[in-house]
Amino acid sequence: MIRTEDLAMSAMRALRSNPLRSALTALGVIIGVASVVAMVALGRGAQARIEQSISSLGSNLLIVVPGAMRGGGGVRGAAGGWNSLTMGDAEAIQREVEGLAAVAPSQRGQAQIVAEGLNWNTRVEGVTPAYLLARDWSVAEGRFFEDRDVAQARRVIVLGKTVAENVFPNTDPIGQTIRLSGGSYEVIGLLASKGQSGFEDQDDIALAPLTTVKRRLTGRRGTADSVSQISVKAASEAGIARAQEDITNLLRQRHRIRGDEDDFTVQNLNSIAEASQEATKTFTALLASISAVSLLVGGIGIMNIMLVSVTERTREIGLRKALGARKNDILQQFGLEAVALSVAGGVIGLAIGVLGAWAITAAAQLPLTVSIDTAFLAIAFSGAVGVIFGAYPAWRAARLDPIEALRRE
Amino acid sequence: MAAPKDDLIVAQGLVKLYQMGDEIVRALDGVSFAIERGGYAAIVGPSGSGKSTLMNLIGGLDQPTDGRLSIDGRDMGAMDDGDLATFRNRTIGFVFQSFNLLPRMTALENVELPLIYAGETPKNRRERAAELLTRVGLGERMDHRPTQLSGGQQQRVAIARALACRPAIVLADEPTGALDTSTGQEILALFRSLNKEGATVVLVTHDSEIAAATRRVIEVRDGRIVQDRVLENAA
Ligand SMILES: Nc1ncnc2c1ncn2[C@@H]1O[C@H](COP(=O)(O)OP(=O)(O)O)[C@@H](O)[C@H]1O
Ligand SMILES: [Mg+2]
Repeated sequence: MIRTEDLAMSAMRALRSNPLRSALTALGVIIGVASVVAMVALGRGAQARIEQSISSLGSNLLIVVPGAMRGGGGVRGAAGGWNSLTMGDAEAIQREVEGLAAVAPSQRGQAQIVAEGLNWNTRVEGVTPAYLLARDWSVAEGRFFEDRDVAQARRVIVLGKTVAENVFPNTDPIGQTIRLSGGSYEVIGLLASKGQSGFEDQDDIALAPLTTVKRRLTGRRGTADSVSQISVKAASEAGIARAQEDITNLLRQRHRIRGDEDDFTVQNLNSIAEASQEATKTFTALLASISAVSLLVGGIGIMNIMLVSVTERTREIGLRKALGARKNDILQQFGLEAVALSVAGGVIGLAIGVLGAWAITAAAQLPLTVSIDTAFLAIAFSGAVGVIFGAYPAWRAARLDPIEALRRE
Repeated sequence: MAAPKDDLIVAQGLVKLYQMGDEIVRALDGVSFAIERGGYAAIVGPSGSGKSTLMNLIGGLDQPTDGRLSIDGRDMGAMDDGDLATFRNRTIGFVFQSFNLLPRMTALENVELPLIYAGETPKNRRERAAELLTRVGLGERMDHRPTQLSGGQQQRVAIARALACRPAIVLADEPTGALDTSTGQEILALFRSLNKEGATVVLVTHDSEIAAATRRVIEVRDGRIVQDRVLENAA
């Protein structure tokens, strides 16, 4: 029996004997693998980006907002309008729904922060201390305000990283005073950075006690008791669906809703994440399968050249058989040549694909995710292409009649 | 020598038919003979008489339509594909008229080829091939490619290759057909010395001078043996 390394050697020798032809033959596989790798990396990058931005909002998070949700997406005002959510709702959820880690009512506002001659327009959220836990924020420096501060509507504020950098470029913000909508506030803490979410800078934010914001910033909007949002964190991922249902029932009861149309919406961040994950996955699969067609074309190219090669080397095959080569030896020799061609193409294609993915993701500002399994798959796939499209030419070679083959000029 | 008769090749009523369109060609038409171990025989006859067909049968490259062929006590008809490949590798050494060397390989690599199919290690292969090339007088040209060698030298490489796996039988189909007379004589001398060392040599030729140098001449015509003579050449 022939030794495996001798088989490999003879395949290498055959491919090296006509480098240009080998390179051109492998080109189809190179292009195929490169585009599959690039497309998958692009898709995964987009997926990772979506995952990042959704999970940075907070894990196991339900967000209750006023207004009804229409099938397609938009929240629209309903009975009760934008004031349909109240502090009382938040307290009731806290009191009556089980399996929750945090319930955080908040009021959104927009204001100009002024300090030391610099100013910065930002989102000012009126929140309670539970907001930190519900939205997965943490304090990097200083402290967060406490329930006492909320109860007394104290004028304290915690700044996001972007705000701090723009308003206090050179000084430590903690303990400084800023002016906001005519009042002065003491900066007591800085939030740890969360980075970009989609196109929004999550660090462009300031948090102040809910009562303070209601009274001094957005007082004229809504009723004294209304809030713009209630963030609810379930204690576990498994408890989210249940919590969503319980909250919906509770609020329907409290708002005395009989018909189909609620005046609030409970958004489940996990299911939104899942849905968009699915969408990107489908999109990625679509792109990858279009690219896979070029891999198929590459395989046909290999088959074509291998058939030519078998014809050209008919006499050699006859001789090898006369010298003791078995059918299997010939089959393996030609099969291996095809596989070596396409795997070489696969490796080069992988390298080009990774480079391409790097270029595309850098341009689109997506995270580059080329995993080991993509690499492994690319190689395995090109190997399979070699086996499938090399099989027929190799079979033709193996079953050549040695006498006929030797007679051929 | 009074050794008992030891037949290495025994052919009984060999028939080989080829279909050529509507016509059936009788390449061999009932051929029977025996060649003893250590024999040196020439098969002669005009072109198209069936010499190559006979060699192909003995070499295990082809099967007879009818008749029995046994070599070294083994019935060729009972061998499967794999057995035949092993048989061609171990028992037979082929020498062709047109040398049939692989052009991209050196002389040494060409000689190693049968040893590759025998599963020999690279080290053993190289040693054996080098030894054989030295034996046929090409010790200095082992790294030459076929195109860098003369016809006679190429045929010597081919003979070295035929001997690689120490075959019992060397089959040569018109080995001097592509060579000039004096080179042909050198090749012939090589066969004679191989035979003296114990190899059974069967060669096909249409050159009566070459045939006369062997110890047995089997003459075929139209697929039949018409004459079978033992010559008085010293072994
Ligand atoms: N593959 C084949 N198909 C048809 N006829 C063949 C084939 N091989 C040989 N023959 C015929 O068989 C006869 C003997 O051929 P061959 O053994 O090659 O003769 P030789 O070697 O003595 O010249 C010739 O008539 C030849 O045409
Ligand atoms: Mg012939």
